[in-house]
This record gives sequence, C-alpha cells and structure tokens, in this order.
Amino acid sequence: MTRELSRPKRKNPILRTRLATLPPGARSRVALGLTAAAARGAFELQVCRDCQAVQYPPREACQACLSSRLPWRVQAGDGELIADTTLAHSNDLFFRERVPWRLGYVRLDCGPTVVVHMHGDVPPAPARVKVGARLDKSGQAVLIAFPSQEVPNMADDRQLREFTCDPKFRKVLVTDGKTGIGQAIVKAIIAAGADLVWVGHAEPWKKFPGFDELKAIPQVSLMPLDLTDSKSVREIAAEIGGRVDVLINTAEVHRNFGIGNRRGVEIAQAEMDVNYFGLLRLAQEFGPALRGRAADGQSNAVAWVNILSVYALANFPPHGTFSASKAAAHSLAQCLRAEMRPAGIRVINVFPGPIDHEWNQQIPPPKVTPQALATAIVRALKDGVEDVYPGDVAQEWLERWRDNPKALERELSNP
Amino acid sequence: MRRGYDDVVITCPVTVPYVRYSIRGGHWFLARALAELVKASGVAKASMDGLCVSSFTLTPDTAIGFTQHVGVSPRWLDYVPLGGASGVVCLRRASRAVQAGDADIVACIAGDTSHTDSFRLTLANFSMFARDAVYPYGAGGPNASFAFLTSYYMRTYGAERADFGKMCVAQRDNALKYSEALFKKPLTLAEYLDARPIAEPLRLFDCVMPCAGGEGFLVMRKARALDLGLPYVHILGTIERHNGFPADPIQMRGGWAVDRDDLYAQAGVSPSDIDFFQTYDDYPVISLMQIEDLGFCAKGEGPAFVRANTLTFDGSFPVNTSGGQLSVGQAGAAGGYLGMVEAVRQLTGQAEARAVKDAKVGLVSGFGMINFDRGLASGAAILGAA
Repeated sequence: MTRELSRPKRKNPILRTRLATLPPGARSRVALGLTAAAARGAFELQVCRDCQAVQYPPREACQACLSSRLPWRVQAGDGELIADTTLAHSNDLFFRERVPWRLGYVRLDCGPTVVVHMHGDVPPAPARVKVGARLDKSGQAVLIAFPSQEVPNMADDRQLREFTCDPKFRKVLVTDGKTGIGQAIVKAIIAAGADLVWVGHAEPWKKFPGFDELKAIPQVSLMPLDLTDSKSVREIAAEIGGRVDVLINTAEVHRNFGIGNRRGVEIAQAEMDVNYFGLLRLAQEFGPALRGRAADGQSNAVAWVNILSVYALANFPPHGTFSASKAAAHSLAQCLRAEMRPAGIRVINVFPGPIDHEWNQQIPPPKVTPQALATAIVRALKDGVEDVYPGDVAQEWLERWRDNPKALERELSNP
Repeated sequence: MRRGYDDVVITCPVTVPYVRYSIRGGHWFLARALAELVKASGVAKASMDGLCVSSFTLTPDTAIGFTQHVGVSPRWLDYVPLGGASGVVCLRRASRAVQAGDADIVACIAGDTSHTDSFRLTLANFSMFARDAVYPYGAGGPNASFAFLTSYYMRTYGAERADFGKMCVAQRDNALKYSEALFKKPLTLAEYLDARPIAEPLRLFDCVMPCAGGEGFLVMRKARALDLGLPYVHILGTIERHNGFPADPIQMRGGWAVDRDDLYAQAGVSPSDIDFFQTYDDYPVISLMQIEDLGFCAKGEGPAFVRANTLTFDGSFPVNTSGGQLSVGQAGAAGGYLGMVEAVRQLTGQAEARAVKDAKVGLVSGFGMINFDRGLASGAAILGAA
C-alpha cells in the first residue's frame, strides 16, 4: 500500500542542489500521437480504419491489413499484467538515479501487449490493471499501469510522482490574487495540500474585495507584484524565485470590443502589457530559478501554469484584441515550454471558455466559474496534463478547431 | 523438399581476441577478422570474391563502405544486420551463392567494438519500436525484456533460478578451457544465485557482458578446401524465420518451432543424432527455449531436461562448448557467430581441451534483434563432420 506522503524535512542549504536529468525523450513522429493525446489527458492508440485492429507500438501501416489509415482513438486501458520486473540497473542516468524501478508487461483487452511503468500498488503478475498514458519529464507520453481499483494515497506513489506535479507540500506563486479566479485558485491549491502560497497584488496600497479573507489564510503570503513593471517582477523573483515550486500566472487584462468599436491602441496595449509582456517578464525572471531547482528533492520545482483563453486558438471578434493578446501569450508559452523542457518543468496551458465575470457579461451561458477553473488547474497538476480546456464552450471550440480551424474562424465571425 | 547444399563447406573458423572495451572502431575488428581468414586459409583477400558482413558499430558504413576500407573487390556482397541470427543467416546466404557459382570463396565476418558508452547509445537507437516503446521505460535494454520472459516462463513452467544457474555454471566450466573467453574464474551455483539483482528475476550472471571482438569463417566448395588443405564441415540443413508467432502475447517460443521438422528433414538427422548444441545464449531462458523449440523436449519441459542432463562439453548434452556469450562475452554481432565458429572447431578437431568426444553432428542456432518485446530473427543450422 502506498504510504502517505509526509512533509519533507527542511533543506540543508549547504548541500548541493542536484541537476535535473530526463528520461529518454526521442520518439518517431508517428509515436507523437500518443504524446498529443496524453498532453490533454487521454490514452489513445492507433486503430485501423479498414480492419479495426488496434496497433502498438505506433506504426505507419496496419500490421493486419497494411492500411495506412490509422487514426488515434481513445482506449479504456483495461488489461492483464502478465509479467513484471524491478530494474536494479539502468543504462540511463534518469533511471539510474531512481532504481529500483518497477516495470510491467500488459496484455490490453483491446489486443496489443505493452510495456508500462507501474504504480506501486499493482500486485505481482498475473493481475488486472488499468493502463493510462502520462507525460514523463521529457515531455513525451509513456504508459503506466494502475491498480484496477482506486487505492488510498494513490497519488503519493513514488514512481507516479515522477509524472505528476501534485501541489501537496509544495510552494506556489499565484501572480494575481485580486480577481475571483486568483482567489479561487489560491483556495483550491491550499485545499490540495500546498505548503505556502505567495499571492501577488499589483496595487499594495489598495484593498480589493476578498483581501481580508485571503490575508486570514495561514498559508497565504501577500506580495506586491505588478507584471507591467519589470523592476517589480525582478525584485519578487530575487526574493522568492529560489523557493517557488509551482507558478500559476493568473494576471490578465480583459476588455471587450474588436478593432472598429474603439479608437486608439491604449486598451490593446494594456492587454498586451499584462497578458503577453507580463508573461515574458515572469518567464525571464522566474524561468531560470525554476529550472535550477527541478531536481531539488521531494518538493522540487515542477510546473508553470498559464491561464490563456480558448480565444487563443481562434479570434473571437467581439473580444478581438483580448483574443490577440492571448494568442500571443500562447505562442510565447510554447517557447517557454521548449525552454523549460530540458529541466523537466511542465508548462501547463489552460484554455478556458468564457469565465463568469464582469467582462463576459454579454456572453450567454454556459460560463466557467472561477471555482471550476481552479478545480481544473489542480486536476491538471495532479494528472500531469499539459493542455487543459475547462468548460463546455472550450470543449466545443476545441472540437470544432481540431475538426476544421477555418470553419471555426467563419463560425466565430458570424455571431 | 528443399535443395541441399551439395559439396559446399565451411572452413577456417577464426576469432579476433575479445576485450571488454576498445579504443578501436568497428572497422578494426572486421578488418582483423578478414586478416585472420587470409592467414588461416592462405588465400589472398583478392581471391575471396564474396564478402558477407555483420556489425552494429560499422555505422555510418555498411558492407559496401567496408570494401573500400579494406581494398577488396568482391563480385558478391551481402550485409546481414541481424545480430544474434547473423551467423546462421550469413551461412545460408553465402552457401547458396557458392552453390550457384556467384562466388567461389565467401568470407563471412562479424565484429564490433565496445566503448564505455557505446552499449547505451546502441540501445537508445536500436529500432523505432525500441526507441518509442521500450527504451523510455527504464532504459534497461534487453535486461528488462528478458526479465519479463524469464519471470513468465518460471511462473508458467515451474523453472527455478537454479535451473538457469546450472546452465550458466556449465558454460563457465566450458569457458575455462577456451583461451579467448573473457571470464577466467570458475562460477559456483551459490555465486550465481547470490549475485546482485539486475532486473528481477535476472541477476548479474544471467546477463551477457557487452565487449569488443570479431569472428569469421569461409564458405567454399569442398574441392577448393581440399586443394588448400583446410579442414571443413558439411552443411546438412538450415532454417531461418523472422517475426515467428507474432500473435503470441509474450514470447515463449521462437521461429524455430515453425521450421524444425523442415530442418531435420533437410539434414536427414533427428535430435537424438545431435552431439552438441550451440545455442544463442544472451540469457539462459532463451537457451532453454531453443532446446524446446528445436525438439529436444516438449514446451515447458526445459527445466526437467536441464535437471536430467549435464551440459558441459563432456556431459550428456553439451551446450555452448566454448562458454557461450554468457562466459566468453557478447561482442555485438560477433555474438551471432560465436556458436557457428565453435561448432566448426568442434567438428574439425580444433576444440582442444574442450573437444566433445566423437562429435559428428552439431546444431547451431541463432536469435536476434529485440525490436520491441521479443527477438524477431531466428535461425538454425546442422553441420556434419567431414
């Protein structure tokens, strides 16, 4: 049975902080289909469109009928563990630092046999298991066998924690606590076991609604932080950068209208200054600090969360400049993700549908509540997912966008 | 009925001394193997008009680049990157070429170097399926894959670690009488059982040690061998099979089980006529699988067979009489030649202190290329003394 995670001891500041190593990340292009699905939390395998044979490992032609039509389809993952082993030796540095490491060989009910990492509560073979796909620290998908039933402290498993970014006992920076979203996230992350949450607020001389309630939470430490001010970001990074394990960027400026309904560029500049340049300032100051602590024991630096918008995928003209700023932030976040990958720090991009707040007053429901958004972020950290689309609207837009991006552009321009 | 090999023979078994690590390249070991063949046969390299090459560390070259490297102009050339099945497959290719007259003398060589980090790099890029679906899982290489097979075999057929230990200890005893073996110290069953774990149930002495080295032999007509005064052996029968039993959920049998009747029919012998067996022994469970699949006992009866026999060169069922890869070392593709070269030595009276008494018929089998979860290539050859 998995032992419940305990609070790590205080770090000895004299000891060397270890450098991050990564598991092998090379994959063929076709195998990246597994990664693409795992990035949004799905386990998919190629299924032949002509003969329905399920394929694994990923390949370019159906092993049964030679068809090249092999779309990726969601799999349940149920199967039988037919053999298992525990590695005491590995040729790779990442695993060498982590042996003993348990592996399994699973016959999936859908056909193929797969090599998997193992959750510690899976009994020795033969046993029923549930296989899922997760991103490893190299950012690539791997398969993991879980016990067929939920077990206590499941998330605390030593091997599983190498694939997740659980906030338990970690220190978190939420960059803006002034908004309902920021406050919901602070509460959710503390409920998930975070040790300490630094909460930024851009105008420390002003109280905002919810200020007193936040201040009263023992794990919360309020910090002056203005993402439009490089000096402010630098000072905060100098003070706490070396201790942040999870950074959640909640700061955003959201105004309505597109191009023709407003004169001048000042509002668009304000959006870009926070939504795009704010992220850039944060990334320049906090990126190196997180990378340097990626292998710092049990509570190492693990994740960076960006709250983008589903409008980042395709412009929503009634909120046109906001959409553009989020598209810019999305592009920058991809760059950040690439730069954080060598350390194994996960960059999670959240693409919510319209959130239920003042600037979406005229958007019809369903709208995402700040609490639902916060829950989705905590779940993404725990599951190790990389792209999250909270809310029914985001899910529908995602599906339309994946199906035909040009069609979605037309649909969004004809309200 | 497949055509036999008439008067095509194998001769000149040569070995390039094995070392754990070498600063040389793969080309060096292949060139030494070729030079050894020239020395052993008295045939100039220019007169060897066929060349068959197996190696993992010849990259970025293949056999063609090697021809210019060593200054030969063969009229028949083959490159057989089939790892542990290379010896059998090269013999099959070369003997048909000689039989058809496409070449008169084919030099078959296999060799690889070993640097401190070359094994890891070979594993990381071994195949598309290995890179996508095995190596990211602990990077244990074949150790992990064979740990699955071994534990499944033990659970299903009641094999004990001591059964595998008996095989390893017998091979070490054989290796002590083979001067090129890298392992020079006796191995006891207790040492085998108590060795440090690698990937349970596999422990240290279940796993081959990667090293550098080379092997080679010549294929020609009997008349030519007689002219040259070279001892030779006959090729009685051969088989190969790739990706045999793809629907089996886990590899408990190899391609040999498909073709073994064909093998014995072509050779005109039965398993009881076999005087020794050179298996491909990257792990003892694979040797056991070959003993079963090539008809010495039924599937699952391997453990009882091992308990009932002595496996040393002077035993009731001699296996891997030079020590096998487990006690000689695994010199990359040369590991696929080790058993073939040893079989020719045994059948031509060159096996010195480890000679199998009155050996007339020998069986060599090959197995290789762990592509995803199993070895894909398999082959076997039955050789007869002149």
